[in-house]
Amino acid sequence: MPRTARDVVFVDGVRTPFGKAGPKGIYHETRADDLVVKCIRELLRRNPDLDPAKIDEVALAATTQIGDQGLTLGRTAGILAGLPQSVPGFSIDRMCAGAMTAVTSIAGGVSFGAYDIAVAGGVEHMGRHPMGEGVDPNPRFVSEKLVDQSALFMGMTAENLHDRLPHLTKERADAYAVRSQEKAAKAYANGQIQADLVPVSVRRTNAEAGEIGWGLATADEPMRPGTTLENLAGLKTPFRPHGRVTAGNAAGLNDGATASLIAAEDVARELGLPVKMRLVDYAFAGVEPEVMGIGPVPATEKALAKAGLTIDDIGLFEINEAFAVQVLSLLDHYGIADDDPRVNQYGGAIAFGHPLASSGVRLMTQLARQFEEQPHVRYGITTMCVGFGMGGTVIWENPHWSGATNGHREGNK
Amino acid sequence: MTTTAELLKGAAELFPDEVVTQAHVRHLDLPKGAGRFALITLDNGLDHTKPTTFGPQSLAHLNVAIDQVEKEAADGGIVGVGITGKPFIFAVGADLKGVELLKRHEDALAIGKGGHDVFTRLSGLAVPTFAYYNGAAMGGGVEVGLHCSYRTVSKALPAFSLPEVFLGLVPGWGGCVLLPNLIGPDRAVSVIIENSLNQNKQLKGEQVFDLGIADALFEGADFLEQSLIWTASVLTGETEVARPELDRGAAWDEAVARGKAVADGKVHGAAPAAYRALDIIAAAKNAGSAREGFDTETLFALENVALADLIMGGELRSGLYAFHLVQKRAKRPAGAPDKALARPVTKVGVVGAGLMASQLALLFARRLEVPVVLTDIDQARIDKGVEYVHGEIDKLLLKGRVNQDKANRLKGLVTGHLDKAAAFGDADFVIEAVFEEMGVKQQVFAEVEAVVPEHAILATNTSSLSVTEMASKLKNPERVVGFHFFNPVAILPLLEIVRAEKTDDASLATAFAVAKSLKKTAVLVKDAPAFVVNRILTRFMGEIQNVIDEGTSVAVAEKAVEPLGLPMSPLVLLELVGPAIGLHVSETLHGAFPERFTVSPNLKAVVDAGKRGFYVYSAENGFKPELDPEVAALLQQGDAVLTEEQVRDRVLDAVAQEIGLMLDEGVVAEAQDIDLCLITGAGWPFHLGGITPYLDRAGVSERVTGKKFLAPGLASVPA
Repeated sequence: MPRTARDVVFVDGVRTPFGKAGPKGIYHETRADDLVVKCIRELLRRNPDLDPAKIDEVALAATTQIGDQGLTLGRTAGILAGLPQSVPGFSIDRMCAGAMTAVTSIAGGVSFGAYDIAVAGGVEHMGRHPMGEGVDPNPRFVSEKLVDQSALFMGMTAENLHDRLPHLTKERADAYAVRSQEKAAKAYANGQIQADLVPVSVRRTNAEAGEIGWGLATADEPMRPGTTLENLAGLKTPFRPHGRVTAGNAAGLNDGATASLIAAEDVARELGLPVKMRLVDYAFAGVEPEVMGIGPVPATEKALAKAGLTIDDIGLFEINEAFAVQVLSLLDHYGIADDDPRVNQYGGAIAFGHPLASSGVRLMTQLARQFEEQPHVRYGITTMCVGFGMGGTVIWENPHWSGATNGHREGNK
Repeated sequence: MTTTAELLKGAAELFPDEVVTQAHVRHLDLPKGAGRFALITLDNGLDHTKPTTFGPQSLAHLNVAIDQVEKEAADGGIVGVGITGKPFIFAVGADLKGVELLKRHEDALAIGKGGHDVFTRLSGLAVPTFAYYNGAAMGGGVEVGLHCSYRTVSKALPAFSLPEVFLGLVPGWGGCVLLPNLIGPDRAVSVIIENSLNQNKQLKGEQVFDLGIADALFEGADFLEQSLIWTASVLTGETEVARPELDRGAAWDEAVARGKAVADGKVHGAAPAAYRALDIIAAAKNAGSAREGFDTETLFALENVALADLIMGGELRSGLYAFHLVQKRAKRPAGAPDKALARPVTKVGVVGAGLMASQLALLFARRLEVPVVLTDIDQARIDKGVEYVHGEIDKLLLKGRVNQDKANRLKGLVTGHLDKAAAFGDADFVIEAVFEEMGVKQQVFAEVEAVVPEHAILATNTSSLSVTEMASKLKNPERVVGFHFFNPVAILPLLEIVRAEKTDDASLATAFAVAKSLKKTAVLVKDAPAFVVNRILTRFMGEIQNVIDEGTSVAVAEKAVEPLGLPMSPLVLLELVGPAIGLHVSETLHGAFPERFTVSPNLKAVVDAGKRGFYVYSAENGFKPELDPEVAALLQQGDAVLTEEQVRDRVLDAVAQEIGLMLDEGVVAEAQDIDLCLITGAGWPFHLGGITPYLDRAGVSERVTGKKFLAPGLASVPA
């Protein structure tokens, strides 16, 4: 029997404040599953019209699925969050694009008709689960030269990207990073970030890390407002002597979680739930693992082609800032200026942090808020690079769009 | 004048082994831009199995934390102060070990005053204070929160109480004064008096909120976050907290009167704690709310004095003694062999399918979750027994105590079989609950021994027969143990485990392991007539019966023992046991010890007349016991009329004598086991520590046996 694909919408998204990984970080003594549980509960609180029993699925991403990120987190976190036992869940992994893939997988199911509404999100506690914990790469990768050894080290892949695109200099990357910090500070000042954060109670028992006892995380810990080019110029390049990638022009190692509600548009409207973004298309693409940062380029090409759009139709960009050079490589590909105002209006991962598998939904939550603020914009994208040589891009339509044109030229320039 | 710090330093010297609770101050930004906030975390640095308590050093730490936040509040650096606990625990009150060490009234007074001095500072801060009851909160833990302006409570909180009256104290760090002024006297009486005297009943988070103790209730998953968001909304004025208007008129007096009636019903004036607490609740009537600046000092001084008096009195020591018995001694039975010797029990046999046997089958099936097979002399009895058990499981299902799957499983476990060989061929533990007659029991054991595996334990639920004699004709008497339950089996925790002459360690260890799985309090007893509880109860009842027979009225005899705080009067107990059974046991013990155990002719007459008790009950009289005129007509009394006091002396002397003899005979390891048996097997009062602390304190033991039963300090103020 032929069936009609349904429109899929982003109903709402929230996240925890992001923390710095490590013994002094705010979440050092907080479990990863608890982080994502608080996000799910906040979604339910924010959307009291949604009967939790109507949730058809919980898809949660984590890169390192062991310990408090293991045990089929989508299921266990659902129970811990107090969802009815009838609500199923699963875990998902595409490294940095975990939460993004949770959203697209759920979206596929919604469009197909298997789900009406579901939770999609992710978590990464890089303090409890450092990158590479427990990995066991097949020796054939190296012996048969399937990938370069540097492919496993994200910082090295970013250096490789600088090699490929030598005009994307360290100075451009640093300048981009400074702007990211400035924009993030401004977004905080405007209250554009806090509105989608769920506060998390945090315990500390180690006096070396600060005041001990219970505290409350209400803001992103990694932020460095006031960062200057001079500050960044002197930083070490840990991945290569005299290299270009530094802690200042890359996202750090972070802890955090995100969650979103994804629904069929008719169901969301029927239940009286918000419709913040409408999914237009999405695509994932593979590239050479040793230059994984270029991944968003083919992914975006692919998604635009599927949607029948061009880059000129895109009025807002949320690009994950794993590395400044990786953002610049996408902009460079499309001839967009490094400081184009359509790009990462609130700043990005360089300022907020990048807890791997959680970040995809952060991009969406921010884009959703920008859509609401800018009804003249019709389309936006969220895009990110992924370890082992991939990129992912999701194109969204602004349901608040009011104009006759796609809007960005009038609105932003 | 002594400063709080000096006061606490002095107290700390008396208690060097205190597990110290730290009070960590951490600052945070409240949501909603409500401002900078100081959050105090009470934490003893140990996991949740070692709950946070307050000893003098802990109070001193809290005092220092308050110094800090007081200054910050005065300087405008913070907008509020919160207090919460480590994961799963808020704070469970004063450290009882420290209380036990106190020997002088002035030291006890210092503890009361020290707590008040520290806690009251919370209500005196320049900013609002908030308590977040995140987990277990008891006694002083509850009270520290009562001194705050606002409270939130977690739905996941499992236990909340003011257990002081249960132990023999008063909530003396503000509880008696502040709680009635927060939630009204009637509810406060329920918490302070009624729950305490109702086996220390604990409240859950939702009830704490419903009672009005907490202003907001949040789920456990994000309790602290939601509490802090709520705090922000209170501080910004977004949320207003409504408190009930309290009726400070007749309703207050009625509440106190109700509390007194509850106390009378439970302790009959024999334990002072409840009454002292009620005096303070009554005095708190005209206090106004804590925030209106009423004269707390006078009222808190009442608490301090009550606390100190009670700490130096015997009742508290008895309560703590009982607490240790059921919390510690019950878990490590004196004289039990190495538990490594215990053999696994994977199937249980029950000989007999009568009411007792069926109750045992249900208990074994529920707790051990292994197959249980009943046998009896005909199929009809077996069917009836199995049907009874299945019916009881259905009742549990109906009450929601088990789900359908569990009910199916339990029913499947309990079966019956006419053929003992088929029933018990692979049983590891067989218990008999057949007629109390030596010949019958020996016959049953012989039949069972012929069919069970070599390792199987043979247990008897006899209440008065010799287990040694019962085992004497078996090939393997070393596998026989006494396993004496108390009615109602599902409710009374005691299990007297009897070691017969030849019982070996492995069988005994298995019996103790089974008892633990059954969640019973096992006490090792020697194979002596009627073991512990029935022997003491029979001697006690016999002496009551004697004074009645000799001429004292039933009413005086019954009233005389009220101060012992027994769960019911002697003759009501007789009714529950059944006069015929009471008579039978007294005859058995008379056979063993004719010089001390009598058989009452009046009791015999009552039994012969087919009466089921001494009393009748009628609606007109509110179902209070009234002497049955038919029984009154049967009674043949002498002319020796005693006063209540004389009756009490007679009865207590008899009990003390019997206990002294039992200890000499080695029926149990120590007097503590006697008290543990009476508390858990006969419901004798916790607040009196069973009976031996009372006998020691009242001078009865010395009068009768020449010495006290318990070493000084065990259930009394240490020397």
